Amino acid sequence: MCENKYKVVSGPEGYLPPAASLMGVLLPDEGSALLEGDIVKEEDAMQQIAKKLCNAKNPVIFPGPLILWDWADGVIEKAKLVKKLADVAGAKIIPMPDYRPKYPKINPEVEINPNHPNITIWHNDIDVCIFVGVHCHYANVALKIIRGGTDCYTISLCAEVGHEDAMVSMRDLDVKKLQKLIDIIENEKSS
Amino acid sequence: MSNRIITPVKEFEDLLPQEYKDLVADGPFFAEKGVDDLGTFKEIMEQHPHCAGCGEALGMRLVLAGLPTPQDTLIIGTPGCSFFGLAQTALNYSNTAFGNQNAVASGLKRMLQIRYPDKHKDVVVMVGDGGIADIGLDYTLHSWFRKEKITTIMLDNEVYGNTGGQESGMSKEGKVLNMAPTGKKFPKIPVFELAKTSGCCYVAKVTIASPKKIGKVIRRAILIAREIGPTYVQLFTPCPTNLKFAPDQTLKVAKEAEKDYYPFEEFISDDAAAYLAKVEQAKGDGKS
Repeated sequence: MCENKYKVVSGPEGYLPPAASLMGVLLPDEGSALLEGDIVKEEDAMQQIAKKLCNAKNPVIFPGPLILWDWADGVIEKAKLVKKLADVAGAKIIPMPDYRPKYPKINPEVEINPNHPNITIWHNDIDVCIFVGVHCHYANVALKIIRGGTDCYTISLCAEVGHEDAMVSMRDLDVKKLQKLIDIIENEKSS
Repeated sequence: MSNRIITPVKEFEDLLPQEYKDLVADGPFFAEKGVDDLGTFKEIMEQHPHCAGCGEALGMRLVLAGLPTPQDTLIIGTPGCSFFGLAQTALNYSNTAFGNQNAVASGLKRMLQIRYPDKHKDVVVMVGDGGIADIGLDYTLHSWFRKEKITTIMLDNEVYGNTGGQESGMSKEGKVLNMAPTGKKFPKIPVFELAKTSGCCYVAKVTIASPKKIGKVIRRAILIAREIGPTYVQLFTPCPTNLKFAPDQTLKVAKEAEKDYYPFEEFISDDAAAYLAKVEQAKGDGKS
């Protein structure tokens, strides 16, 4: 649909990689998604997510505060589907309960922090990860750090407009889209 | 900003790190806790990166234990030693450009009053002496002139600590510091007196040597700010690193200051006193 010269692919891209938006990557319009810097149809992005998850050695879902805490109506329904997604994809779940810098440091076995997400990825040898329910400004920071310092393939399931720095990014994620993604993963698993 | 934000979704409850499970089960959110209860509940500030014996770290711990409703409290900070610890507390926290804290707090308070007209959302500024008495003095005074319903807490360590020991307006006259080798040339800025004459309805001065008093004045300051107007608490939190005393002497230094030049003082306006009497009577208060 819209190809960009700069490819948002797994790193490590080096210390302080450029923000993908500065390299010309644009956020997708409604009904579209981002795949490695290019704007594609939502369905194509979902297929890629399914492929990556099914071929991953250690896929992990990182649910953020927006989905870990019952702060608003509709959260529980989404959380149930994220749990189902993890079950279907055979992915572990490591939570990001909040964004505090922690002293002396986080325990990377049980949590991820946006200020140093690479520690959790290195420690657990994660090759594919999904961000869901993380506030956009912290997701952007974390995704860039991951691209800079790890070879982890990043996927963001965003309820707003998506993330340029993820390798695959969905936007406007709701219950319907989550269920569709689960169905596609189930199909990919059985094929 | 309510108990919902610390209520875990069942699907992920087991996956939360132990610290969060403890905060939910034993924190000060679902049952009211105070300074008297310290040691019996999971505190919202436990670990911190401050120096050994830091008076500010103890001051923050006591202030945070004294918050009447932490789940409905927003702490506003500014650069300085204090924000290292504050950024790590399990509370809503926002940092600001140096000195802007009372301006930011005013805006947030007004916004929260519009967003939650039927609920008290406590906006509490907690910053160092440099943030209030020097760099942010204009914003601080103007927020008091405007009668903004916020609580301002000064963690007075009498020095710019994390930048190596420059004198602040709150350093004592004559004090020699790392970067004030000939000693400070003028007395402490009388912020306590300025607060009284600038519109604050409740003003208190206390040291970390009096934990129960801290619990009491913090509670009073926040309750009065909800209904009556701006409040100010000045808390002496001596800095062993820059004031050059041993880290295990912090409380002793605070106690000596309390006897010498930092006595407990409290000012309360008539309307605030009437309101407080009503609230404390209704609650059978005495909570510290």
